[in-house]
Amino acid sequence: MTISVAMTVNGKAVSGKVEARTLLVQFLREHLGMTGTHVGCDTSQCGACVVHVDGKSVKSCTILAVQAEGSKVTTIEGLAASPDKLHPMQEAFRENHALQCGFCTPGMVMSAIDMVKRHNYQLDEATVRRELEGNLCRCTGYHNIVKAILAAAPAMKSAGV
Amino acid sequence: MTSATGIGARVLRTEDKRFLTGTGRYVDDLPLSRATYAYFLRSPHAHAKIKSIDISAAAKMPGVVNIFTGKDLVDAKVGGLICGWVVKDKHGQPHKSPAHPVMAVDTVRYVGDTVAMIVANSHDEAKDAAEAIKVDYDVKPANVDLAKALDKGAAEVHPEAPGNLVYDWEIGVKADVDAAFAKAAHVTKLDLVNNRLIPNAMEPRAAAADYDKGTGNYTLWSTSQNPHVLRLILSAFVLGIPEHKLRVIAPDVGGGFGSKIFCYADETMVCWAASRVGRPIKWTAERSESFQTDCHGRDHVTHAELALDKDGKFLALKVETIANMGAYLSTFSTAVPTYLYATLLAGQYTTPLIYANVKAALTHTAPVDAYRGAGRPEATFVIESIVSKAAAEMKIDAAELRRKNFIPSTAFPYQTPVALQYDSGNYPPIIDEAMKIADYKGFEARRAEAKSRGKLRGIGFSSYIEACGLAPSQVIGQLGGGVGQWESAQIKFNPTGNVQILTGAHSHGQGHETTFAQLIHDKLGVPMEQIEVVHGDTSTTPFGMGSYGSRSLAVGGSAIMKAADKVIAKGKKIAAHLMEASVADVEFENGVFKVAGTDKNVPLGQVIFAAYVPHNYPITEVEPGMDENAFYDPANFVYPAGTQICELEIDPETGTTEIVNFTAIDDFGNIINPMIVEGQVHGGIVQGVGQALMEGAVYDKSTGQLISGSFMDYTMPRADNFPSFKLGYKHTPCPHNPLGVKGCGEAGAIASPAAVMNAIHNALSPIGVKHVEMPATPLNVWQSIQGAQRQAAE
Repeated sequence: MTISVAMTVNGKAVSGKVEARTLLVQFLREHLGMTGTHVGCDTSQCGACVVHVDGKSVKSCTILAVQAEGSKVTTIEGLAASPDKLHPMQEAFRENHALQCGFCTPGMVMSAIDMVKRHNYQLDEATVRRELEGNLCRCTGYHNIVKAILAAAPAMKSAGV
Repeated sequence: MTSATGIGARVLRTEDKRFLTGTGRYVDDLPLSRATYAYFLRSPHAHAKIKSIDISAAAKMPGVVNIFTGKDLVDAKVGGLICGWVVKDKHGQPHKSPAHPVMAVDTVRYVGDTVAMIVANSHDEAKDAAEAIKVDYDVKPANVDLAKALDKGAAEVHPEAPGNLVYDWEIGVKADVDAAFAKAAHVTKLDLVNNRLIPNAMEPRAAAADYDKGTGNYTLWSTSQNPHVLRLILSAFVLGIPEHKLRVIAPDVGGGFGSKIFCYADETMVCWAASRVGRPIKWTAERSESFQTDCHGRDHVTHAELALDKDGKFLALKVETIANMGAYLSTFSTAVPTYLYATLLAGQYTTPLIYANVKAALTHTAPVDAYRGAGRPEATFVIESIVSKAAAEMKIDAAELRRKNFIPSTAFPYQTPVALQYDSGNYPPIIDEAMKIADYKGFEARRAEAKSRGKLRGIGFSSYIEACGLAPSQVIGQLGGGVGQWESAQIKFNPTGNVQILTGAHSHGQGHETTFAQLIHDKLGVPMEQIEVVHGDTSTTPFGMGSYGSRSLAVGGSAIMKAADKVIAKGKKIAAHLMEASVADVEFENGVFKVAGTDKNVPLGQVIFAAYVPHNYPITEVEPGMDENAFYDPANFVYPAGTQICELEIDPETGTTEIVNFTAIDDFGNIINPMIVEGQVHGGIVQGVGQALMEGAVYDKSTGQLISGSFMDYTMPRADNFPSFKLGYKHTPCPHNPLGVKGCGEAGAIASPAAVMNAIHNALSPIGVKHVEMPATPLNVWQSIQGAQRQAAE
């Protein structure tokens, strides 16, 4: 049995027919072909699949597509204003070498943006490290991810995003 | 040439933009029309006979396209998976080589062994159908405890390897070492376990395959670190598909750490079945499947003894190790605890006599093979643990004892007693710098301050060396390796002057697309944005060995430099013609050919254009085009070395360890992109600290069930487990490769377990704790403290 689902993804209205068990991440990847959001585990530990649902960071492997009915979803593909203008968090990741293989990166960036906003653009190292508990990275040792997020916070504030 | 983007510059990575915008292309991202989806039924038992497999109900499930079992492979005469390295035992006999069927036929030998492949119209349908397959197992006793795997009465994994012994191997002369021990003023003894690890690259392994009926060509997309080697193995040994009819593509790959070097059952099946199913097949491991079926790492039980004279000079080292191979011999498994381990036991020291005996054992667990560092972390852990223990026993400062025994800088090239000849190095300035940055002098004051807060503070050293940049082919052949270890490069200019560098190496996070481009930018003066690095596709790149063993730059980068030399040599001939000069008078600098002593010059771009539009061209002497190939076989391994210092605090009430300071000073030879190198060190340190404090693959010793089978059970290092790291360099360039580079990919993980554990022991020895095994989890540390306190009370 399939269920119709409709939501806004990166500002565009999308809809599809899914199984009841279809996860939001499956809907994004398999139905919409938006493969920027990754799946790195099956226990909601790794955070590679983090997207924003109505402005909050959510592990998209942890909610059903139908639970996002009517929501505004933002994925890594929807962050950059244009191909040449990255979001300040994306730019900070690039400038601080906060990614290596790139697989955890979409989830890291999405979590980090939400983190910065929740802390009103004011973060210290200990807070960033603690707040990253839901995102695993095997390449960077987190060192440069922490640096990037600390650098992005004021950049996001001045860019008004 | 020095520039903002040349050799030595912190160039931001070319590849980042696609990874940051969600436009990377990993195997699971491939859009394949009419794709089917594979799911593998895995053994739930560590050891069982398969009495029967009934697929009849599953075959009728919705969406099921095909189901294959081991019997289908036997009928199709598919070969088994291979171990590509023949290790000869101490009697000169090749190791025992039990068969490794792609899918189990009559016996399963570990939890996760592959039993059936279900192909369906969707992943969920394939998975649903797997539940309907009825396998009648006759469960047998399992041999899971490595320390007892070679004991009489241990359940046998393969009849071809009686007593579960794959080989009994040795290096060094035992009698000489024993004689040295007899004269020693002090002997330090150490028993340790090098804990088993699960690699956990963030991208799970995946494969997809398509078969073109018209041409008979197969395409296999795989999360491989070495697509050419994977193709070679599948073609020559397993599937028999001619090499030219099989294209292997390893696109963006999300981390490897060794676990994606090997040829696995599932990718083999996806490729084989593609022609039988007649539609593309996709498979991506679920994380719990990765835990069970990715090759694990480490897993040694070791006894070591170090003999010292009264002044602390090392006289001899004796090491006995049992190494776990798991249930089958994976691709390079046999080499890891021998040639990549025992040959490193000299470390940075002048220990004149070394004897090592390694017994490789089969167990009913997942295969064990190379994992970041592969043998060298195990060796470093043995040496650096026993050296620190000896220092404590002899009441010599840990740094002082190391310094007393360092190979002097004047002694290079230095022949160790365990086969390797170190090419270069200068160790004392490294440890000096590390101690300065870590403020070693101030440690006792910090320890006292911590004590006032009820915390136990410790400091630990690890002075590592590794042999990487694999490897001189002739040496590898003499040691039983089945392949060459050179690397290839092709520099292909287009008529408009931009260039592709095609490499046989493979990037799965290391940033080759940037580092390799820097080489050519620096050497040939081509702007960075006009350079593209291509890797990972056997149809477009020259045959190469892939990336592992910190080899990409030292070997692959050297091949690129060699190809660039050919471009310059050919370019000089063309330029000489264009400038009406003698070739001998033409010089090349900063992208421009010049006639020495004149103002005549012609830029490289013009030479390239002339090569493709050869209207005014030395056509009788020089071929048109600019497309140069090179293969580089290194003269020796490269020998990165360094010292790490870890400082930590333990809360004795909870057993919790907090790393408060971590310093790493390395000699990586010349550095192309310091930003990328530092990233490699950060990641390596965290993986090594993960081994020391958190990670451990645990099998239930009676049933062989993998208890640490998910991220909920296996502790992965997280951001709040660490401080920021302090890094530094003290370089000695490699004398035998054109770049003078060594290799930085594994160093962090090789050194850090010993640094952490030496710090733990340093913190806990004042309260009587003698030995803590890895991982030093809060429970493990707390129990050690309790045990010491009980003993003190008795």
